Amino acid sequence: MSETRTFAVLVDNEPGVLARVIGLFSGRGYNIESLTVTEVDDDANLSRITIVTGGTTQVLIQIRNLLERLVPVHRVEDLTAVALANELEPPVQRELALVKVVGAGDKRVEALRIADIFKAEVVDTGLGHFVFEVKGRKEQIDRFIELMVPLGLTEICRSGVIAVSRGDKAL
Amino acid sequence: MSDSKTGAETLINALVEQGVEVIFGYPGGAVLPIYDALFQQNSIRHILVRHEQAAVHAAEGYARSTGKVGCVLVTSGPGATNAVTGLTDALMDSIPVVCLTGQVPTHLIGQDAFQEADTTGITRACTKHNYLVKDADHVSAVVHEAFLVASTGRPGPVVIDLPKDVLMNKTDVYKRKADVRRSSYRPVVKGELSQIEKAIEALSNAKRPIIYAGGGVVNAGPNASQLLVEFTRMTGVPITNTLMGLGVYPASDKQFVGMLGMHGTYEANLAMYNCDVMLNIGARFDDRITGKIDEFSPNSTKIHVDIDPSSINKNIMVDIPIIGDAGHVLEDMIRLWRSKALNIDSGALSDWWGQIETWRSVDCLGFEQKKGDAEIRPQHALKRLHEMTAHRDDVLISTEVGQHQMWAAQYLGFEKPNRWMTSGGLGTMGYGFPAAIGMQVGNPDACCIDVAGEASILMNIQELSTAVQYRLPVKIMIINNQWMGMVRQWQELLHGGRYAESYTESLPDFVKLAESFGAKGIRATKESELDGALQEMLESDVMTIFDCCVTKDENCFPMIPSGKPHYDMLLPGSSQEKVAAAIQGEGLALV
Repeated sequence: MSETRTFAVLVDNEPGVLARVIGLFSGRGYNIESLTVTEVDDDANLSRITIVTGGTTQVLIQIRNLLERLVPVHRVEDLTAVALANELEPPVQRELALVKVVGAGDKRVEALRIADIFKAEVVDTGLGHFVFEVKGRKEQIDRFIELMVPLGLTEICRSGVIAVSRGDKAL
Repeated sequence: MSDSKTGAETLINALVEQGVEVIFGYPGGAVLPIYDALFQQNSIRHILVRHEQAAVHAAEGYARSTGKVGCVLVTSGPGATNAVTGLTDALMDSIPVVCLTGQVPTHLIGQDAFQEADTTGITRACTKHNYLVKDADHVSAVVHEAFLVASTGRPGPVVIDLPKDVLMNKTDVYKRKADVRRSSYRPVVKGELSQIEKAIEALSNAKRPIIYAGGGVVNAGPNASQLLVEFTRMTGVPITNTLMGLGVYPASDKQFVGMLGMHGTYEANLAMYNCDVMLNIGARFDDRITGKIDEFSPNSTKIHVDIDPSSINKNIMVDIPIIGDAGHVLEDMIRLWRSKALNIDSGALSDWWGQIETWRSVDCLGFEQKKGDAEIRPQHALKRLHEMTAHRDDVLISTEVGQHQMWAAQYLGFEKPNRWMTSGGLGTMGYGFPAAIGMQVGNPDACCIDVAGEASILMNIQELSTAVQYRLPVKIMIINNQWMGMVRQWQELLHGGRYAESYTESLPDFVKLAESFGAKGIRATKESELDGALQEMLESDVMTIFDCCVTKDENCFPMIPSGKPHYDMLLPGSSQEKVAAAIQGEGLALV
């Protein structure tokens, strides 16, 4: 049975580290549903990678162990598993999307109305288009995009998921 | 800046501090500064191989027979890509190797320069870790970290890619070994005590226990093997070894039930299938061992000791995992077994041994060779090699890959670790001869023999030149059946006897071939010539090829066909119908 998990991985910010992580997934045939990476600690030269992946329990244990085996990896936490173990809600997960909608007339009005419901911000506009910035859980963004399709959606860019655990414990 | 040194000199200093005595390598444009620095010092010896793949295998043979880290030096581009097979081999078999690769100068990286290859990119998947050094100031620290990573935890190959300008630039920075550590790299060596307690309690309650030990015990050092022997004897449990683990338990001991797996013994495989508690120390439930996964030892409590957490629950789900070094864990097991005064129910254990003895009486490795036969059976050739060397403690064996490798594993019996070097994981034809060169360099007085096939040996035959140059008295015993024997066997058993491309036409005359390199050549074709030829080979003090011409169509048994469980073994003399029935369906698609 396959489950979806969100991993937080703290790594040394050095050349090739992302390639090692990605190579591990592609080399062993695991899926990456979403991956984000950026430096989080300038002084300690650390980057944080958030990976959403799916697999059987056995595969998920493997992914964790294989990530930990990489030399530049400091910590690996299966945020979903930690939440389950501590009887907490699933980790806080957010994603940001930029969505371009091109259209006129009623469709344009409707796009703006839906954007308002989703608290999406208009970050660029002209007489024939909007660029919306929308953020939230992955499912909310999926829904927003779905609604924009008949209203003239022409382009999507998504950041991928970032996540932290709930509660007072830090990575 | 009076004592500033070039990157290359700093590199040599760091290697010397690491205790490197020998480098196996091949020069080229990008590494000339290193060769220049090597030329001007006397601490490190360089062995010039004839192909970079052989340099890595030689370093592996050196590492496996001495317990030290093997060191390789190759140039950029083709030098590095030729090393890839060796690096992958070392990764699969967990052998500590540090490979220095030259690189084009930093300002040319990415320009498709002459002899440029993306070495760190290419080797990322076939090394434990790799480095591209971009500043001469970093050279010493990277070297020390590379040796640390290669030799600790689960050992493996590490590549250091060194651009030519980095090697030529001056630096004042020299970090000492003791000052280099990496906070993100902390392999666990001590096993968790509560798990170890659970494990030995499970073992003490067993009625049909077995110990299954692998290459992890070899890597944990000779002391770990001694502890394994102590623990096995104090518990009275039968023990089997993997291909990689041969020698960690004395083969002549009565508690040893032989190698397990695809070509393992009947008694070892049936004991694995029928056991109620399995203690796996330093093995990784490889597919050659498990056969059909869902019928692998179905009724046992499984204990798995491994230094690499990712080996645990990878192929087989286990009940009691212990992450740690085999030596440390065995030490704790012995201590706790004693302090808790544990023992296994002697009645149950003796019933179990009774059962094992009936399996053993099948004599699954039996074969018939009569005195004066026209042909030499390959099993007999290896059995005689074993009998003629059993009294010696200085015999080191490597092999190529195929039938001869399995026969060597079955008939050569090893009493101690670090005496058996074979390509287990990757199955690299061409491994054995360069590995034997590395063994001989590391053990100048030992008798180093590469048991080869006539097909495998041709994959790195050029190394005869290396062996002769350095006066290395390596012995190659070619089990020559003129076929790629294992391929032929599978074609016979699985592909209706359609022997596509498995017969070698135009083989060289190996005696003349040896002589042309300035080595010695011997040949035997009849049983009556075998002992004399073996004696001559063993007594030779120069590089020697013994071309042992054997029965051409011999199959290697016992055999668990792919995709079959342990109880479905084919024994010598299995009927064609049984063979045909055994190998069908899913098994055909497996390797």
